[in-house]
Amino acid sequence: MNVSYKWLQDYVDINISPQELADRLTMAGVAVENVHYLGEGISDVVTGQILKIDPHPNADKLVICQVTTDGEDRHQIVTGATNIREGHKIPVAKVGAKLPNGLVIKKAKLRGEPSHGMLCSGQELGIEAGLMPPEQQNGIMILPEDTTLNINIIEYLGLDDYILELDLTPNRGDCLSMIGVAREVASLLNVEMRMPETVVKEEGEETANLAKIDIEAPELCRRYVARVVKGVKINSSPSWMQQRLMAAGIRPINNIVDVTNYVMLELGQPLHAFDYQNLAEHHIIVRRAKKDEPIKTLDEAERKLNESMLTICDANGPVAVAGVMGGYESEVTDETKDILIESAYFDPVSVRRTAKALGMRSESSARFEKGIDIGGCVRAADRAAHLMQQLASGTVTKGIIDNYPEPAVKKTVKLRPSRVEHILGIPVEKSKIVDILTSIQFQVQEEGENLMVTVPTFRPDVSIEADLIEEVARIYGYNQVPDTLIYGPNTQGKRSESQQLLYDIRNILVGCGLSEVITYGFVNPKVFDMMNLPEDSRFRNVMALQNPLSEEHSVMRTVLVPNLLEVIQKNQNRQTQNGAVFEIGRVFYSEEGQSLPNERSVLAMVFSGNTEKSWNNDSEPMDYYFAKGVLERLFAAIGLKDINFVRYSDPSFHPGRVAAIKSAGEMIGVLGELHPNVLENYGLNHKAVACKVDLQDLMDTGLQRPKYQQLPKFPAVDRDLAVVVKQDVNTQDMLEVIYKAAGKILTSVKVFDVYQGEQVPEGCKSQAFSLLFQASDRTLKDEEVTKQTDKIAQALNKEFDAELRK
Amino acid sequence: MEEKLKSLAEEAKQEVEEAATLNQLSNLRVKYLGKKGHLTSILRGMGSLSTEERPKIGALANEIRSDLEILISNRTRELKHQEKEKRMASETIDVTLPGKPFLMGNKHPLTKIQQEIESIFLGMGFNIAEGPEVELDYYNFEALNLPKDHPARDMQDTFFINPEVLLRTHTSPVQVRTMEKTVPELPVKIICPGRVYRRDDDATHSPMFTQVEGLAIDKRITFSDLKGLLAVFARQMFGPDTKTRFRPSYFPFTEPSAEVDISCVMCGGEGCRVCSQTGWLEILGCGMVHPRVLEMSGYNPEEVTGFAFGMGIERIAMLKYGIDDLRLFYDNDLRFLAQF
Repeated sequence: MNVSYKWLQDYVDINISPQELADRLTMAGVAVENVHYLGEGISDVVTGQILKIDPHPNADKLVICQVTTDGEDRHQIVTGATNIREGHKIPVAKVGAKLPNGLVIKKAKLRGEPSHGMLCSGQELGIEAGLMPPEQQNGIMILPEDTTLNINIIEYLGLDDYILELDLTPNRGDCLSMIGVAREVASLLNVEMRMPETVVKEEGEETANLAKIDIEAPELCRRYVARVVKGVKINSSPSWMQQRLMAAGIRPINNIVDVTNYVMLELGQPLHAFDYQNLAEHHIIVRRAKKDEPIKTLDEAERKLNESMLTICDANGPVAVAGVMGGYESEVTDETKDILIESAYFDPVSVRRTAKALGMRSESSARFEKGIDIGGCVRAADRAAHLMQQLASGTVTKGIIDNYPEPAVKKTVKLRPSRVEHILGIPVEKSKIVDILTSIQFQVQEEGENLMVTVPTFRPDVSIEADLIEEVARIYGYNQVPDTLIYGPNTQGKRSESQQLLYDIRNILVGCGLSEVITYGFVNPKVFDMMNLPEDSRFRNVMALQNPLSEEHSVMRTVLVPNLLEVIQKNQNRQTQNGAVFEIGRVFYSEEGQSLPNERSVLAMVFSGNTEKSWNNDSEPMDYYFAKGVLERLFAAIGLKDINFVRYSDPSFHPGRVAAIKSAGEMIGVLGELHPNVLENYGLNHKAVACKVDLQDLMDTGLQRPKYQQLPKFPAVDRDLAVVVKQDVNTQDMLEVIYKAAGKILTSVKVFDVYQGEQVPEGCKSQAFSLLFQASDRTLKDEEVTKQTDKIAQALNKEFDAELRK
Repeated sequence: MEEKLKSLAEEAKQEVEEAATLNQLSNLRVKYLGKKGHLTSILRGMGSLSTEERPKIGALANEIRSDLEILISNRTRELKHQEKEKRMASETIDVTLPGKPFLMGNKHPLTKIQQEIESIFLGMGFNIAEGPEVELDYYNFEALNLPKDHPARDMQDTFFINPEVLLRTHTSPVQVRTMEKTVPELPVKIICPGRVYRRDDDATHSPMFTQVEGLAIDKRITFSDLKGLLAVFARQMFGPDTKTRFRPSYFPFTEPSAEVDISCVMCGGEGCRVCSQTGWLEILGCGMVHPRVLEMSGYNPEEVTGFAFGMGIERIAMLKYGIDDLRLFYDNDLRFLAQF
C-alpha cells in the first residue's frame, strides 16, 4: 500500500515530517519500507501553451513551436512530438530546468534551429507509463484547456507529495486503507481523526424494486450490499482523484471505476461497479461456480472456474469472480447509464485460493484475503454513491440492499492489567491501557480490576487477550520496555554427548587438512546412476518432493558422497585441482509405513589430488592410505578403540581398494577409492577417495573416554622382524597372529616397510614389523624377547607361509 | 735463573696471545707447562740454587705457571667464542622463506557462526535441541498456530513430500517437539540450530538455509526478559557497543511479536549503504509464545509464559564477515572456504 502524505491529511492533522511519521508508524507495527517525494528531481517545469507550430526547415520529423509560459514570454522549442496542436496546454521545462532522469535543459540548436526548453511527457516527469491513460502514454502530456499558465508543474500535478510505501504484516489488513493508516496516525499523534464526508441524496425508485440479491453460498459471502445509481455520465474523473489514484499506483479509467478504486483505497472495502442494464433480470446470485463454468473477465481472458470458487452471477451466469475480478460483459463502458455498486464481504480463504488458482492477484483480492471490515460495507457503498452523484451526476435510488444473513457479533475480550504486566514485565497503568485501546477505536468497559474490550470489526486479527496486550505494547512502545534477565534458578547449558562429538569431529578433520562444505539436502535422482548403484540398491528408495524447484533438486538424499564429488568437480573447473572436503549432514531413508524418513547424521569425506608441494615439503597423493590415516587419527581422537578395516565390495568403489569400516564388529561406514566409472561420470581429472560413516552407528558402538595407564617403570626392548609372504595376505590378519603369538609382553607393532620387487619372489611382498616388548613388573631379558620373536616368526610361517627375511 | 724465567714468561705470554687455534693453545700448554715443558726443565735446575734463592725462585715459577694457566684459559675461551660466532655466521638462513605447509582445513563459515551463537546461548543456560528436517505439517504449521489456509503460510513457500509431510520451513517445529517432550517440567531453555527449506531461489534466497531458534518457557518469563536476553546476545555477537531496537511485527506463533534491529555493524548507526542509510539492520524475529502454541504443546498458558526467537545464520555470517552474496555459502568454492 502506497500512502500519500497529503491525502492522509484529509483525515488527520499531521504536524511531523513524512520521514518522522514513517519512523513512528514503523515502530508501532505499521512498517513503512520507504518514503519518497513524487516531485523528486523536478525544477523549473511550468504549465505553458503552444501558440504556433511551424515545420522545421531542415528536418521532416521535427517541428518548431512558439510557446508561452505566462502569456507574455515566447520560447522557441523544437520537438519531435506528434500529438501536439496549436493552443494545447502542456508542461514546459524551461532553460535551466531539471527532470527526474537527471536531464538539465540547456539552450540548444536542433538541426540549425535554436530551441529554448522542452515540452514534457508524463514519463519525463517521473510518472510511470502504466499509470497514465492510454492516450497520454505516448507523446507530450496534454493538459486540460482550462489550465492556468505558469503554474509549477509539481504543484499542478500534485507531485508536491510524499509517498509512504507500507510493508504490512499479514495481520494488518486494516491498514490497506487511508482511514486505517489515519487511525494509527491519530493514535500516535494523539489527535482526532475525521471520516470522509458521506451524504447520499436518494431519489426516485426504491432500490429494492430495481435489483434482487440472493446469496446461495453464505459460508463464502457473509454480506452483500448493493446500491443503484442511475443516469451517470461516464467521463474522466477529476484530476485530484486521478492524482491520488496514480500516487497509490492505480491507473485512472473513468469516473465510475475510479470512484470504486478510490473508495477501496480510502476505506479498504473493494467495490465493484456493474453496468446495471447488462445484469440479466437485474438479479444477482452469489453462488459457487460449477465445474469448468466459463467466464470472460475484465482483462478479456476466458477463464474456467470450479466448485471451490465463488462467483457473482446474474440470471444468465457468472458476471464476476467474487472479490477477484469483474466480468467483461457487465463492465462499465462509455455507454453505461446505470450502475449497481457491489460492496460485499467475501471469505478470505476462498478469495485467496481462487486468486491463486487463477493467477489473478488484484488490489481487491489482496484486501479480501486479509479480511476486510464486515461492518463497513454499507458505509463504503454510500461513500461510492455519494461520489458518483458528485462526479458523474448520477441519481442514487432510494434505499440500500443489505443482504446480511448472520450479522457479525462484535467480539468482547477480557483484558487483565495484571496480565499485561505478567507478559510485558512492566506495570502499565490501567488508565494508560484504556487510553491506548480507545485511541485505536476499541471500546473499553471497566469491570472491577479488569477491562472488557470490544474489538472493532475492522480488526479481525484481534481475538484474544494476548492480541490486546500486543496492541497495548506496540502503542506504548516496545522500546519503553526495559531489558531484564530471566528470573529464576540458574540453568546449565551444555552440548549433549552427540553434539559434542560432532563438534569435535569437525575440529579434528579441519586439523587433518579437510575443509567443511555444506550442500543441499535434496539431490538429482540421477546421482544413483552416477554412483554406479544397482537398480535394486536400497539407496534408490528416496523421498521425492512434490514440488521441486527442478529435477536437479527433487529427491531427498540418501547418500552424501555425490554432493561432495560435485563440489570437487566444480572446484576443478575453477582450477582448484586438489581438494579434501567433508560434510556432516543428514541423509533421509524412506521407511515403510512411516510418514517421516529415518534421518541419519552422516560424515562423508572426499579426497582428490595431492597435498600442497613446497620447497621443503614433497607433495604426496591423497590416496586410500592418506584417507585411512585421517580416519585412524579421527577414531583415535574421539576414543573409538576397536576399529577394523575389512575388505568389502561396493559398486561405487574400485573393487580392490575398498574397505568396510567396522567398530566393535559392527559396520559403520565405507572407505575406498572411487570406481573409475564414477570418476568418469563426475568428470574428475584425478583419482578420488571417498568415505562415509554413519555417525549414529558410530556412537552406538560406544566411545571410550581416555583411561589413564600407568607409565612403564621398566625399559622396553625393540626388535625388527621382516617376513616375505604372498602379496594378498592382509596386514590386519598378520597383526592378529603376531599379537596372539607374542602374549602380554608385546606392547606395540608398527609396520615400517612394505616392499615388492628385486630379491622378493614374484607375487610376494616383504613386510617389516617393528615390535616393542615391555613388561610392567620386570626388566625383560634378551633371551625372553628372542624367544617371543621366534614364536611370532613361527606363527606367521604356520599361518601364512611367511619366510623370515634375513 | 730469575732472568731466564722472566724471559720465558714473556715469550710464552706472547705466543699464547698470538695463538690462533685451540690446537696451538694446547701445544703451547704442553710446551711450557707440560712435564717436559720449558718451565719444568728450568725448574729442574733449581738444585744449583742457594737456599735463600730457592724459595724466591720457587715462588716466581709458581706465579708464572699460574699466570700462564690463566692466560691460556682466557685465550681458550676467547677462541671458542670466536669459533662459535664464525660457525653461526655461516649458518644464517633466509628467515623469510615460508614454513612447512601443515595440512589445515577450514570449518564452513556457517558452522563457525552457528557454533559462536551456540556458545553464547550455552553460556546463558540454554541447551541445544534438534529435530527432523523432513517434518509433519502438524509440527511445522498447525501446532504453531498456522492452520491450513492461514495466509501467513504464503510467507513460507513450502516444499512438500505429500500433503502432510514437508521440508521444515523453519526450525520452530523443534520448539513444539521439545515442549511436548518436556511438559510439564520447567523451565525449557533451548536453542535449535538447523537447516530449513523454502521454495525460493534467487540472489537473496537459497532453497536451503540455516536458522537458529530459541525458546524459553517458565513461570514468569516476560517480554522484558526477551529484550534483555537478545540485547546481551547482540552485544556478544557484534560487539559491546551494539544497540538493539524492537519493532512490532507479526508471527502466528508469537503474540506480541517483534522484529529486532541492531545498530549497523558497518557504520555504527550513522547510516551507510549496508543499512540503506537507516543505521539499523534487521537480524531476527521474536515474541512471546502464543498461548495457543503453549496449549497445544500441553502447557497451561495461564501458568507459564515464554518467548521464542529465530534468526537466519546466513544473515549473521554475511554481516560478520562482510559477505555480499548469499549463494557463496552453498557454492563451496574452496577459495571461498579457505578464507574462514
